[in-house]
Amino acid sequence: MFTILKSVRQYKWASIATPLLKVLEVIMEVLIPYYMADLIDYGIDKGNMDYVVKIGILLICFTVLSLTFGIGGSVTSAIASTGFAKNLRKDMYYNVQKFSFSNIDKFSSSSIVTRLTTDVTNIQNAYQMCLVVAVRSPIMFTVSIVAAFRINSRLAWIYVGCVPILLITMLLILKFVHPIFQRVFQTYDKLNNVVQENVRGIRVVKSFVREDYEINKFKNISQQIFKDFAIAETRMAIVMPVMLFCSYACIILISWFGSRLILASGNNPANGFTTGQLMSFITYATQILISLMMLSMIFVMVTLSRASVERCEEILKEESDITTPENPVTEVKNGDITFKDVNFSYKKGSDNYCLKNINLNIQSGETIGIIGGTGSSKSSLIQLISRLYDVSTGSVFVGDVDVRKYDLDVLRNAVAVVLQKNVLFSGTIKENLRWGNENATDEEIRHVCQLAQAEEFIEQFPDKYDTYIEQGGSNVSGGQKQRLCIARALLKKPKVLILDDSTSAVDTKTDALIRKAFLTEIPDTTKIIIAQRISSVQDADRIIVMENGCIDAFGTHDELVKKNKIYQEIYTSQTKGGSK
Amino acid sequence: MAPNNRNMRPPKGAKIPGQKIDFVAVKRLLGYMKNYKLTLGIVAVCIILSSLTNVASSIFLQILIDDYILPTLGRPNPVIQGLSKLILTMCGIFAVGIISGYLYNRLMAVTSQKVLKEIRDEMFEKMQKLPIRYFDTNTHGDIMSHYTNDADTLRQMLSQSLPQVFSSVITIVSILTTMLVTSWLLTVVVIVFVILMLMVTGKVAGNSGKYFIRQQNSLGDLNGYIEEMINGQKVIKVFCHEEKAKEEFDRKNEELCENARKANAFANSLMPLMHNMGYLLYVILAIFGGVIAVTTGGVTLGAIASFLNLSRGFMQPISQVSQQMNMVIMALAGAKRIFDLMDEQPETDNGYVGLVSAKIDGDKITECNEHTGKWAWKHPHGDGTITYTPMKGEVVFDGVDFGYVQGKTVLHDIHLTAHPGQKIAFVGATGAGKTTITNLINRFYDIDDGKIRYDGININKIHKSDLRHSLGIVLQDVNLFTGTIMENIRYGKLDATDEEVIAASKLANADDFIRMLPDGYNTMISGDGGQISQGQKQLISIARAAVADPPVMILDEATSSIDTRTESIVQAGMDSLMKGRTVFVIAHRLSTVQNSDVIVVLEHGKIIEQGTHNQLIAQKGKYYQLHTGAFELD
Repeated sequence: MFTILKSVRQYKWASIATPLLKVLEVIMEVLIPYYMADLIDYGIDKGNMDYVVKIGILLICFTVLSLTFGIGGSVTSAIASTGFAKNLRKDMYYNVQKFSFSNIDKFSSSSIVTRLTTDVTNIQNAYQMCLVVAVRSPIMFTVSIVAAFRINSRLAWIYVGCVPILLITMLLILKFVHPIFQRVFQTYDKLNNVVQENVRGIRVVKSFVREDYEINKFKNISQQIFKDFAIAETRMAIVMPVMLFCSYACIILISWFGSRLILASGNNPANGFTTGQLMSFITYATQILISLMMLSMIFVMVTLSRASVERCEEILKEESDITTPENPVTEVKNGDITFKDVNFSYKKGSDNYCLKNINLNIQSGETIGIIGGTGSSKSSLIQLISRLYDVSTGSVFVGDVDVRKYDLDVLRNAVAVVLQKNVLFSGTIKENLRWGNENATDEEIRHVCQLAQAEEFIEQFPDKYDTYIEQGGSNVSGGQKQRLCIARALLKKPKVLILDDSTSAVDTKTDALIRKAFLTEIPDTTKIIIAQRISSVQDADRIIVMENGCIDAFGTHDELVKKNKIYQEIYTSQTKGGSK
Repeated sequence: MAPNNRNMRPPKGAKIPGQKIDFVAVKRLLGYMKNYKLTLGIVAVCIILSSLTNVASSIFLQILIDDYILPTLGRPNPVIQGLSKLILTMCGIFAVGIISGYLYNRLMAVTSQKVLKEIRDEMFEKMQKLPIRYFDTNTHGDIMSHYTNDADTLRQMLSQSLPQVFSSVITIVSILTTMLVTSWLLTVVVIVFVILMLMVTGKVAGNSGKYFIRQQNSLGDLNGYIEEMINGQKVIKVFCHEEKAKEEFDRKNEELCENARKANAFANSLMPLMHNMGYLLYVILAIFGGVIAVTTGGVTLGAIASFLNLSRGFMQPISQVSQQMNMVIMALAGAKRIFDLMDEQPETDNGYVGLVSAKIDGDKITECNEHTGKWAWKHPHGDGTITYTPMKGEVVFDGVDFGYVQGKTVLHDIHLTAHPGQKIAFVGATGAGKTTITNLINRFYDIDDGKIRYDGININKIHKSDLRHSLGIVLQDVNLFTGTIMENIRYGKLDATDEEVIAASKLANADDFIRMLPDGYNTMISGDGGQISQGQKQLISIARAAVADPPVMILDEATSSIDTRTESIVQAGMDSLMKGRTVFVIAHRLSTVQNSDVIVVLEHGKIIEQGTHNQLIAQKGKYYQLHTGAFELD
């Protein structure tokens, strides 16, 4: 609960001002009926017009004040709650930016998005409600009770009698209705899940002719929701009559005893109870009831938003496990890469390693191919080089320095990775490429595009380098996307360039051209290429064959074709039919 | 206390309601209420009774003061005559009020849930019958929001806003009537004041609405940005782009905060505004009434007092109506969207030829209920006779043209014959029309021109459900449902035994990895099946198609996420699965399709080459170029 409150920051004052203004408003709202009583007793009843005008003006002043405080409080509560939500979103988003890959893996991206949006909105609403009501209602309650006691202490006890009735009702509701509502939420999620799966998988539903099956599934859940809701609402329906009962009971009792008191006092304010006070008393009754009801509402709202709070705090409290060390090394000397006794598991503390006992030596400027089946941990291997994950045991060196000693930005700018699941962002081609280097000149951009064999198709677009890329790069083909991603990485002028299956959608001819360009244009850069196609790696200096997290073999194409069984298998499976 | 705004995210393309009541939607909503005429009648009576009780409590005070207390004052030994009788009467009235309050709340809550359930169920039922086109042309988020946002506002309106508005209106009318009876002069003052007040609050509400729309827009904008960034978070890390990603976020976040603040500030101000206007009215009435009472004596003091009290009771329902009206308008907009979905044209099915399991004994075909592995087409004739022809699995495309949008043809003059048991492969670039062809065979879309014949029967004469039953389909994007792996595979054939499911898994080579999972076949798949890889999901979906054991299969990039080595293992299973069936295969990897009986090369919706691997290689055309890697396929 308290972690998120740190995000209030500059809206602290608005957050404090809101309840204060609301308290002032309450005082006015309590004073107003108090003077209204006087207006009737001393003014109207006595036919004293001067008094009516005098108190009338006073009341108008109070109303203006009350309005000012009320609107003031509304404005500050809006400032405070929306500001708080803004900061909360910002803090979460900033923390996500610090996340390492393993942090990101822990939360699915859709869950991060929901937390940043829906959950924050829920918290914003609850926070505003708290600011406005949490202070206002208890004060309203107290002040109304005090005022009632001041007018007539014996009659005021009637109100006190109502409190336990209402409290018990609320408690019963909490106990018997709240759990049902929570269950309904879960069932609702189930229902939405069914809809979502059906919308997404409609082709499956229709091709298996399962419409009726799905309709039944839906109707069952729908029925369950109806049943639960009906029970919950039926029980909830008791609240209104209880409130009515209290309110009417107060009226009856106050009228009964009040009228006697009025008679006893001769309706003279100097002697005791009066008709005006009777009216005020009834106003207080409403105020007390309303404040109690608001309190119970806020209680429910807070419990409901508790889940959202917890989900947001999970993000805020998540600490990145990969950070720049103190006194980091700020220069990567060359593209040498060494793996020494590396074991790695995605799960911390687990010795179920997905990379086992890796020892490797790669010279600066070499071209290395990596090949192996799905799940042979090819990607895991290369992600350790730019410290996207940390090794479990052993160490990885780049330029003869342990990667954990580098400044992270320095390391990642020197080791460019083109990820398997790569993404372009909405924006022009130029903007996307400049991710590699913000200050790249048009000339440099053109150059890397030539290397990545992307220039040709970019020039064919009507807007060329200013062509707008839709979200996720949906308006360029897979092969074009991959080449743009390679160009983007090249702009970094990296010491090590890693392509994780990044030319899978590029035809073999272009693929070969890209590799040729690498060879002649960036000879000093270490190039690591993961591929499914033998043709993509066969002319590399050396090829790593991965199997089940181990290096099965490391050698040239010719050596492997002769000696390595796995490599031979892959080779034959791809050249079967004699195309080459 | 009810759950609200569970899904605050506005769907893309969701319309923010204008300030207008949609009467067509109202009428249809009322249509759903028709079945509950009696209940709703009772509800209406109860609401009226409970509102009248509320008004009665105000009048009661006036009577108490004017007729009982004041006349007794000044007497030497004051005892109020008949007070107990009055109080008792009031007790009776209040009891009626309380009971009717309880009744209408309870009845309305249950009825509105019932109506809502009906609407929800009908919506889903109708949705299931919509053609694939609907799902392809509407975003999933938008369809979903019918069930979340729209249904939710509707629920709130039915169970809360409607009764409140109704009871408020009754209260307003009865208070106004009482006021008129008490003093028409003061009533005029009240009416003038209320009109002025509504003008002021209308302005505030209008402003609030304006900024609310802006808030929703910037919320959508920010959400979109967050979604894009979070999905590309790993790329951001690789490029050390974190600071840049924050800049744009900050700008959008700030903008949202700005609009949300204004929207909320205006909306929050409405309550205090109404409240204090009420006080103002009170004071004005006191002064005005006092002046009249003192100068002309046109009103009694008691009347003023009760008028003052009435005026307080008057403000609350008015502010309630003005608050709930927004809700009602929003809910009606939601109802309209729901009704629009229901009114979408469902898939048409004019087929009359059915597919049945059959025993074939020479020329004699008899229909049977059990699964024999043999099927027959069942033709009913106009004269009541039925003939059976054996189902063989021959599919012929005869000059087929098709376009998703009218006037934009994506398939041109497709001629193609798949003989029973043949494997037909489609090759071509993205957008060449490969998937489109398979969409036509199972009538996800209907062709514009030409004919598709299935064993010589025009496919639009076949019952859609039977047509689809006869076609097994495995898609690239695997959609699994929440449930165990066993249940997911059984989806292909609901009455399949565990043994059948396991046999199908073995056929698809999925058995090995499923057994390796901690819970084996009982492993729960939830969400998008995060715990198993894409390749494994494809294996499950192959098993799902296998258990259905259909005579014809369509494999659309079914093995694209499986690496070449595993694929060659799966291929063995696939080959045994395909044995004796007509199979349509779309594959990215040419190695997958090499052994097909016919390879169809598509370009821009036209068949440019057709033949076996060896024939096409010999032709040295497009396929040859693709095969030697001279062309880009993606």
